[in-house]
Amino acid sequence: MKTTAGDYLAQSSLLRLLAVLALVVAPHLWRMPPWIGAAVVAIGVWRGLAAWRQWPLPPQWLKVAAAVLAFIAVQVTYGRVNGQHAGSALLVVMLALKLTEMRSRRDVLVVVALCYFTMLTHFLFSQEMWTVLYLAACSVTVTAVLIEANHPGAALAPRVTLRLGAAMVGLALPLMLALFILFPRVPGPLWGLPSDAGAARSGISDSMSPGDISSLIQSDAVAFRVVFRGPPPAMKERYWRGPVLSYFDGRRWSAPFRGDDYFRLYDPTTRLNAFARTRAELAGSGVPYEVMLEPHRQNWLFALDLPDARQLPPETHLTGYYQLLSRPLVKEQLRYALVSHPQYRLEPEMTEQWQRSARRLSPERNPRAQALARQWRAEGLDDAQVVERALRMFRTQEFFYTLEPPRLGPDPVDEFLFETRRGFCEHYASAFTVLMRAAGVSARVVVGYQGGELNEVGGYYVVRQADAHAWSEVWRAGSGWVRVDPTAAVAPSRVESGLSAALEPAELPGFLRRRGLSTFDYLRLRADVAWDYVNVAWDQWVLGFNPERQLELLSRFGLGDWQRMILALTVTITGLMALIGLLALRQARTAVPRDEALRLWRSATRTLAALGLPQGATEGPRDYATRVARARPELAGAIGRLAQAYVAARYLDQRAREAELAAALRALRAASGSPRGRQTAA
Amino acid sequence: MRVWLLLKILLHPIRWAQDRIDAWVMARVRRQPGPVPVPRHRVYILPTRFGYAFAVLTLVMVLAAMNYSNSMAFALTFLLIGLGLVAMHHTHANLVNVEVRPGPVAPVFAGEVAHFEIHIHNPASRRRYSVSIGWPRAPVAATADVAAGNTAALKLPLPAQRRGWLPARVFAVSTEFPLGMFHAWTWLELDMACLVYPAPAPPGREPPPARGAGGQLAGSRPGLDEFAGLRNYQRGDTPRAIHWKSFPKLRQPMVKQFQETMDREFWLDWDELPELDAETRLSQLARWVLEAEGRHLSYGLRLPGSRIAPSRGATHQHACLRALALHEAAAGAAAPAARRAA
Repeated sequence: MKTTAGDYLAQSSLLRLLAVLALVVAPHLWRMPPWIGAAVVAIGVWRGLAAWRQWPLPPQWLKVAAAVLAFIAVQVTYGRVNGQHAGSALLVVMLALKLTEMRSRRDVLVVVALCYFTMLTHFLFSQEMWTVLYLAACSVTVTAVLIEANHPGAALAPRVTLRLGAAMVGLALPLMLALFILFPRVPGPLWGLPSDAGAARSGISDSMSPGDISSLIQSDAVAFRVVFRGPPPAMKERYWRGPVLSYFDGRRWSAPFRGDDYFRLYDPTTRLNAFARTRAELAGSGVPYEVMLEPHRQNWLFALDLPDARQLPPETHLTGYYQLLSRPLVKEQLRYALVSHPQYRLEPEMTEQWQRSARRLSPERNPRAQALARQWRAEGLDDAQVVERALRMFRTQEFFYTLEPPRLGPDPVDEFLFETRRGFCEHYASAFTVLMRAAGVSARVVVGYQGGELNEVGGYYVVRQADAHAWSEVWRAGSGWVRVDPTAAVAPSRVESGLSAALEPAELPGFLRRRGLSTFDYLRLRADVAWDYVNVAWDQWVLGFNPERQLELLSRFGLGDWQRMILALTVTITGLMALIGLLALRQARTAVPRDEALRLWRSATRTLAALGLPQGATEGPRDYATRVARARPELAGAIGRLAQAYVAARYLDQRAREAELAAALRALRAASGSPRGRQTAA
Repeated sequence: MRVWLLLKILLHPIRWAQDRIDAWVMARVRRQPGPVPVPRHRVYILPTRFGYAFAVLTLVMVLAAMNYSNSMAFALTFLLIGLGLVAMHHTHANLVNVEVRPGPVAPVFAGEVAHFEIHIHNPASRRRYSVSIGWPRAPVAATADVAAGNTAALKLPLPAQRRGWLPARVFAVSTEFPLGMFHAWTWLELDMACLVYPAPAPPGREPPPARGAGGQLAGSRPGLDEFAGLRNYQRGDTPRAIHWKSFPKLRQPMVKQFQETMDREFWLDWDELPELDAETRLSQLARWVLEAEGRHLSYGLRLPGSRIAPSRGATHQHACLRALALHEAAAGAAAPAARRAA
C-alpha cells in the first residue's frame, strides 16, 4: 500500500488524536507502575512537539529497539508479558510506541483499533458505574477520530466530527441494548482466565495474626449485601461465619489444611457433607435470606450461624467445620440464597480424637497464659466455669478495646494478657481460645463479619470490611460447639450496635464517625445510602447480567432457550436496522424547497425529465420552456404558462401566481400522460 | 487459460466473484447524457479491508468478554458492532440520491491527459462528505465534499493517446465515509467525450510561405522582428519561447510574443507536405496552427475535402485543430456526443 499525498495526517488531526489517546489511556496509567505513565506521557508530548516543530520521526532501528526495550521492561516489572496486568501494560506501551511511526491516515486506523481494545482491557479492572461515562466519552471521541481519518483533504472541524460521532454512537445504542439483553450468554471462562484476572480485593483471609483484622476495618469497601426474606435477626445475632481456624502456631491462627478429614467428608452425589448432615441439629424457625457477595477471589462464602445443609446453593458445600465453600473461586459478584437457624446444636457428639485436636497447643509458646489456665483448672473449675472465668477476667480487669493496639512480639497472647491489655477482636478471640485450650476445653477461632447496616432505600443490609470480626467457639459434650465472643465481654456495644459505638470517635476511620452528625453529614449519609442502592442495582442488572440472570429475565417473556433468544435477537436487530436505514435515507432524500413555486417547478422538470427532456444545469426557465415546446409541441401551451407563472412567482415575488402555477403543472401532467398527472388531475 | 482461471478461482475466490459480478453489472451500465440520478437500488456496498479487520476485532472482543464474563466489555463490544452496522447505513446513504452530471471537457493534445469534469449534485438538505470518483479497479481519482443543495466538480483523468474523440468510460462514484468500514459505489457511464488534437510535431520546420493579400512571410527567421510583450502560456508553446526571467516574479510562465508589423494571411495546406504520412502531416499542421496563432498571423487550413478560411483567435484555432483531430478519424472512435464536447 503506498502512501499518497492525501494520506498524510494533518497536524491538527494528529493533535486531536493525541488528546483522544490521553483520554483512553488515562485510567490505565492510574493503575500502572509510574515508569509506564512517564514513558507514555513523554512519547505523547514528544509526538505533539514533533508535529508542531516538524521534527523528523525516529529511524527504524530506534523504533525496533524501543519496542524490544518495552517488552523487557514489562517482563522485568511484572515477571511476565501475558496475563491481565502485564498484557494491558504492554498494550498501552505499544499504543504509545505506535505514535512514533504514525504519519499517515492508515496508521490512524491501527491506533483506533488499539484504542478500542485498550478500552476493553480497562473493564477487566474496573466496571464501576463511572466507567459508563468512560465508555461513552471514549467511543464518541475515538469514532470522531476515525471519521476524521476518513475525510481526505482539509481536516473537518472537531464540532462536525464529534457531533457525527455522537449521533452514530447514539444510533448504535439501541443495537447495543438489544445485543446486551438478547445475545445468548455463555458461561465463561472459555479458555481459562489468567491467574491474575479480576481486580485486587481486600477481605478476610483464612489465617489470622494480631493486626490483620484491625487493618481490614479501615476499609469501607462492601463485603456483601443481604436481603432477608423474613424478619431480620437482631444485630447481636448476625454473626456471618467465614473460615474456621483451628491450627495455632503460637502467633498465627490458620484454617485446616486440605488434607483435613473435615474437608474430605463431602458427598458429591447428594451435595451434602456427611458430617454436617448428621452433626448439626437445627431448631426454631429458619431465617431465609439472599447474599450478594462481592468478588474476593477466595472460595469461602459467608453464612449466618448456622446454615441449613439441606438448602445449599448450587456448586457449594459445607465442611465439617460448617464453613460454606464454593467450588470455583468467587471472581465476580455471586448471589446465593440460604436458610439459617439462629438456634442450633453443632456436633453435640465428637470423637475423642477430634476433641484432642481442638485442644492442641505448642507448650513452649505463650507459657504464662497456659499456666494461668491450668491454674484455673487446678482450682477445680469445670468447662463452663472456665469459660465464665475467662470472660470475667476480660470484663472486670482493665482490658481496652482499641483499633490501634501496641505491636506484639513472639508470644503475643502472653504479652496481650499480662502487659499491653489493649487489643482488637482478633486479640481477644485468640487469647480466649488459647486459654480454653490450655484449660483443656476444645476451642477454635471463627473469622467472618458481625452486624451489617440497613440500607433503608433498598431494604437490604450492607456488610462492609469494617464489620470484619473474630470470635471463638468452645465445645462441650451435649451442647456441641457454642459461640463465645470475648470481645462482647470487653465492649458489648461492638456486638450490639456496631463498631462506631464501641470505639472512641477519634479512633474511628473517617467513614464511621457518625456520632453527633451535623445536618450536612446526615444528608451525606443519606446520599451514601442512596448511592449504595444505585450501585446494587448496577451490580445486579448490568454487571451481574450473567447466563442465569439472562435466562431468568427472558423466561418471563417466553424466550427461555438460546434458539428463541437468537430468533428474537435477529428480529429485533433487523427491525432496528430497518429503522436506522430509513432514518439515514431520509437525510439523503431530495430536500423539499421551502419556496412553493420552486417546489412546483422542480416537480414539473422531473415530469419532463422522465420524458427525456431534463432541464440543463445552465438553462433558465424560459429557454427550457422554449426547448421543450419545440421538442414536444403538444406540451407547448402548458409549459409556456408554467414557465411564465414560475418566473412571476419566484422572481417577481407574486405569490398569487402560485395557484396558476399549480394549475399549469396539472395541465402539463395531463397533457404529458404522466401517471402522477392523472392522479392529481382526478 | 483454463488453468489460470482455475488458479484464480482457487486462490482468490472472493476477488474472482467480485470481478465477475462487476463485469456483469458494468456490462449493463447504460451510457446516458445525464444528469443521472443514483437511486437506492443502484448503490452497491461491501466491507473494506478495514471493515473486515474491524469485524475480526469485534469477534476477538466478544470472545474476551465471554471469557472474563465482563458486562462492560460486552457493552463496549456490542456498541462497536452497532456502530459498524450504523456506519453501513451512513455510508450507503452518503451516496444514495446524488445526481451525476457531465461537466465541460477541455480538448487536449494527444499524449496529454484528458480531464473529464464530473459534476456531483447533492439535492438533500444534508452535507455529503468525501464523495469520490475513479475508474474501475484504479485508485480514487478525486474526492470532495458536496454541500447541501450544491454541486461539486471532480475531474477524472484519462491519458489521451490518439487524436479524435476520446469517450469517457464507465466510472465509479464511491464513498467510504464516515468510518471507512464500508465501500459504497455505483457504476455510471456518462455520454461525454474529450476531443483530442493531434500531438504537435516538434518545432523547427518552417510553415509554407504566405500567399495572397499579405504577401511574403518575412525572411528566414519568421516573426521575430519586433518584441511585442508577454502573454500567458498556452499548451503547445515551446520552452524556448517562455520568458524565464519573469517566472519567479509572476509565478506563472509567460511567453515572449513577437508581432509582425502587419497582419499577413497564409494557408496551411495538407498538400504542402507530400513526403509525410497522414498522421505526421496532421501533427505538423497542428504545430503550424499553434505557431501561426502564437504570432498573431491570420491563417487558413486546407485539408482534403475541407477548408477553413483564414482567420485567427482562439475559436479559429480550435476549429482548425478540431478539423485536424477529426480528419478521417476512425469511425469507431467518433463520439456520439460530439455536440457536447465541442
